[in-house]
Amino acid sequence: MKCEEMLRMLNDYVDGEIDPAICDQFESHLEDCNPCQIVVDTIRNTIKLYKDGEVFEMPLAFREKLHQTLRERWSKKIENP
Amino acid sequence: MPLLNASPIKKDQDAPFVAKAKNGDFSAFETLVNRHEKRLYRFAMNLLQNQEDAEDVVQSTFISVLEHLHTFREEATFATWITRIASNTALKLLRKQKNTPISLDEATDENEEGFIPHPDFIADWRHDPSKQIEQRELQSILDKAIETLPEKHRLVFMLRDVVEMRIDETGKALGISNANVKVRLLRARLALREILTRRFGDESKRIFQTHNHGEAHSDKTSARLLFQSYQE
Ligand SMILES: [Zn+2]
Repeated sequence: MKCEEMLRMLNDYVDGEIDPAICDQFESHLEDCNPCQIVVDTIRNTIKLYKDGEVFEMPLAFREKLHQTLRERWSKKIENP
Repeated sequence: MPLLNASPIKKDQDAPFVAKAKNGDFSAFETLVNRHEKRLYRFAMNLLQNQEDAEDVVQSTFISVLEHLHTFREEATFATWITRIASNTALKLLRKQKNTPISLDEATDENEEGFIPHPDFIADWRHDPSKQIEQRELQSILDKAIETLPEKHRLVFMLRDVVEMRIDETGKALGISNANVKVRLLRARLALREILTRRFGDESKRIFQTHNHGEAHSDKTSARLLFQSYQE
């Protein structure tokens, strides 16, 4: 398997959706090809950072307005279910 | 440095609050809002790149959650459920703003199909950025990186890798084929990897395209092969 083919199958491999037979070839290529291994690792790191991203500052004025709106909607819902 | 560990299946920690909120407890509902509002806001900002739109999406999402909480059957986690609502709301807004789903069309992708930019900065990361960099700074780095992507790539990346939609769901949500989802996702992931590796990669161990004249070192040899094949 060539590096270029690896690149085309990168998504399937990273997502665990690769054909098992091809997966073996993919992994044996990784054992011998450090650059491809690094690309796989750094792609995974990248996805993980975005997936795990948590807190973000939310504008305080918006937060207050949001909670006020929700409180009003909640009362309305309770009154007219 | 692989950071990805198989994560154990977690119980939905929101479930007790969902149950209380379903029974009419506003403070339980507000706890759910407190837990998720920042994440949704960030998600909407990444998707829409506009503060006013992001606020609209977050507010509409929680109103919709409030109105439809009784229909939530808890087959997915609460977090997943509301993220889906938020992404549908955001996509609806994008479509409305554009009148037609211009940037979501397929035609422009035809030529791109065969072209995948090769990785350029190849180096292991020096450390786990989520442990070594202050959260706020890390977020700003991640947000700036995703801002640089064309919208059509950004949307696919967000839906697939952040919302964790399946390929066919992503295609359906955006009105594009599964093949296009895959191509756009690969391009988005590679582009983000490139930006983040420039920032977090260990410069001293970078594998260069040029250091390969007659050297037997296996890493460098395979690096050369890698680039040759990418450039063909
Ligand atoms: Zn390779």
